[in-house]
Amino acid sequence: MKSYLEATARQRIAQVVDANSWQEILPPSARMISPHLAQLDSPVAFDDGVVIGRAQMVGHNILLASQEGGFMGGAIGEVHGAKLVGLLRLALLEKPKAVLLLLESGGVRLHEANAGLIAVAEVMRALLEVRANNIAVLVLNGGANGCFGGAGILARCANWIVMSEQARLAMSGPEVIESVQGVEEFDARDKALVWRTTGGKHRYLLGDCAALVEDDCAAFRSAAIAAMEKFTTLATSSPALSLADLEQEQAQLAQRIVDFGQMSEPMEIWRALGVAPVEQVPLWDCATFLANANAARESI
Amino acid sequence: MEHLRFEFQGGQRALPSLPQILGVVGSGNLEVLIENAALDGACVVDVATSARGFEVIWQAVLFDFHARWQLHNVRIAINDVGATPAVVSLRLDQAVQASVANSETGAA
Repeated sequence: MKSYLEATARQRIAQVVDANSWQEILPPSARMISPHLAQLDSPVAFDDGVVIGRAQMVGHNILLASQEGGFMGGAIGEVHGAKLVGLLRLALLEKPKAVLLLLESGGVRLHEANAGLIAVAEVMRALLEVRANNIAVLVLNGGANGCFGGAGILARCANWIVMSEQARLAMSGPEVIESVQGVEEFDARDKALVWRTTGGKHRYLLGDCAALVEDDCAAFRSAAIAAMEKFTTLATSSPALSLADLEQEQAQLAQRIVDFGQMSEPMEIWRALGVAPVEQVPLWDCATFLANANAARESI
Repeated sequence: MEHLRFEFQGGQRALPSLPQILGVVGSGNLEVLIENAALDGACVVDVATSARGFEVIWQAVLFDFHARWQLHNVRIAINDVGATPAVVSLRLDQAVQASVANSETGAA
């Protein structure tokens, strides 16, 4: 068992795709670095914090991007975003079996201001275009920085999200909520609360992620292969986003506000979903959790 | 940022499997990019570091590195965010070892 959480972006790729199948596009030797960070006299990375390229999964061609959470929290700057956009546009030409996004990012790189914001918007547009061309976009989220801000939205634009319990997925990060709304609204230092609210188990129970796996690179690989097979072999699971899909999801989200909108603590939601005993949820290992959660969870 | 360049002569070892990247540009860490380059046999190291004023220590760490590996016609580029000398030595050795190991297994 090899921890996905502790692996770097490059180590994750080596563990997730078929052996010896990885071909990087714009490798570090191309020195595609951020012009903004250099102007600000900040450290740069030769890959601007994202690794993109071609690979194979069980013999099928795929395209893949992997964000490095260790570099500025995986934040998306202009070059970083352009690499993601380029990869997604390449998918329209090469028609891979799937596009795999190993996301770990706090969102927009604030150093790059508008360029970073525009970059994230362009990535979203490119991602939805890939889906519209019936190519599935699969997200693996298991890094220490989670997926927040623009990266959180990006993840939810994809067909399928795989998370570990340690991963987090949300819009505003805990510190952001506390600084804007006050500590009574959200205590960012309460790590148990942070994970109850944004962590993998909560996201799985709410149906915001499709699969929950152990913090293990091999488990992420298996989940990605299973998702890839689902979208390429079943005629009923088209990767494209239809108006009917959107309306259905909108209705489910509206119902979520009706059902849970008055609740201030995730455990109340778990109880309402019928998971018991809710105090045990954070303590369960992955298999026990799934056995208890699968009957109760929301399906989106 | 401080930008430093060091040049070492007299190495005989050419690295087989380059370019090679190792490490992450994060606090207390660094990335090392090793490439082949026609440098009249020299090993040139370009350092970009967020910690100013440590040129003497870089010189010592890289001198020891060159003494260990004796690299020939190799360019090394480092993006550093305040890694300690021990971490710098470790990453440099890991990058060279990865290059040697890859050439032995035939991987790109």
